[in-house]
Amino acid sequence: MNYISAAFGWLANSAEWRGSTGIPTRLAQHLITTGIVVGLALVISLPIGILVGHTHRGAGVVGAVAGAARAIPTLGLLTLFGLMWGIGLKAPILALVILAIPSALAGAYAGIQAIDPAVSDAARAIGMSELRIILQVEIPLGAPVIIGGIRAATLQVVATATLAAYIADNGLGRYLFHGLEAHNYAEMLGGAMLVIALALILEVVLAAIQRWVKLRVTNPRSSRRQQLHI
Amino acid sequence: MKWLRNNWQEIPGLVANHVTLSIPAIVFSVIIAVPIGRLAHKRRLIGGPVLGIASLLYAIPSLPLIIAILVLTGLSARSMWTMTIALTVYGVALLVRTSADAFAAVDKNVHDAAVAMGHSGMSVFWRVDLPLAVPVLVSGIRVMTVSTVSLVTVGALVGQSGLGWLLTNGFQRGIAAEVATGVIATALLAVILDGLVMVAGRLLTPWTVRRHRRGKPARVTRRSRGALA
Repeated sequence: MNYISAAFGWLANSAEWRGSTGIPTRLAQHLITTGIVVGLALVISLPIGILVGHTHRGAGVVGAVAGAARAIPTLGLLTLFGLMWGIGLKAPILALVILAIPSALAGAYAGIQAIDPAVSDAARAIGMSELRIILQVEIPLGAPVIIGGIRAATLQVVATATLAAYIADNGLGRYLFHGLEAHNYAEMLGGAMLVIALALILEVVLAAIQRWVKLRVTNPRSSRRQQLHI
Repeated sequence: MKWLRNNWQEIPGLVANHVTLSIPAIVFSVIIAVPIGRLAHKRRLIGGPVLGIASLLYAIPSLPLIIAILVLTGLSARSMWTMTIALTVYGVALLVRTSADAFAAVDKNVHDAAVAMGHSGMSVFWRVDLPLAVPVLVSGIRVMTVSTVSLVTVGALVGQSGLGWLLTNGFQRGIAAEVATGVIATALLAVILDGLVMVAGRLLTPWTVRRHRRGKPARVTRRSRGALA
């Protein structure tokens, strides 16, 4: 139990909250890396996933990619890329993007694919172009599942960005690796608590956003814009 | 390739350690998650919070969890129980939702018929609900198995043996071939265990295999009808 109080002591130490290795800097690095990675992964995976869901072509490939990616050990991809591109942010960002793509891709595909084909056909029958069907019918209806995929990808990246500190001087994971090397249990546990808290907060926030979007889709009357139309 | 030729003797031992760390966690996860999943399905009031907690647990990053377990339990960094506890936490978190789905997928009429025939609660569970839930359960156990095998590698960062050692040792010594071997061996092991779970599932539910065979012609006609239209 004295380790817990030591960890809180470490967290409360004002020296840990200043400078280039301070908690605010590390937290900002962690969040910026996560943001860049999730952004890149979404730019790649959302259009592909939505297109596959819309055309119903290539679903097998999406499933295979998502399944195979789970078998690849995260740490392996990080260390391999770290050896290939050296110390710096390029290797972890690329590795994390590869890890984030399957979840986002699977979510985007599943969200669009699950829509009743009669709905899309009805939109087609009233003369909507394919692009308008995708943008105004399928994406809004599939949004809860698509956001679920983004949520899974984000959580995975925040967690794995911790491991990225093994190959780059970046993010909250540094405290874990530094603590492990120095046998500093207060720093190790304090750092672990920071990462866990960050992940849990993100999970709760993203889950709330997903629930809110789902509510808007399943019960559109609750949204004000729709009420005005009626 | 040269590295592999000179060092291949190390690999069987690492695979054995990797399997020793994976299997108990997979088994414990199933034993713990299935009853919780069934409870979550039967009692909706408990089910919501239980599934919420499971998804929160799954959100905890692996290395911080291992370190927290290490420090808080006072177990040695090399003790297999450190890893087993961490992996079981993830396994249960991942499997509880699928277990609840698996029991929800059992036809309500079949369940009610078994009750009407006089099966006791326990008997309905063991002889009706559980066998019928196996196909969906197996799909969840397969996902969990692959994820567990892949997660074991993270243990190398705190000094656990297993294929993850090839990743950290290869990185520190700058041998890409060693890291690549670790990645490929881990993925292969995951695929093999996944296949074993799938086969076990088939053996446990022989009726699904028979139904597939019977179902085939129907599917073909539906597809050819679509082609004609």
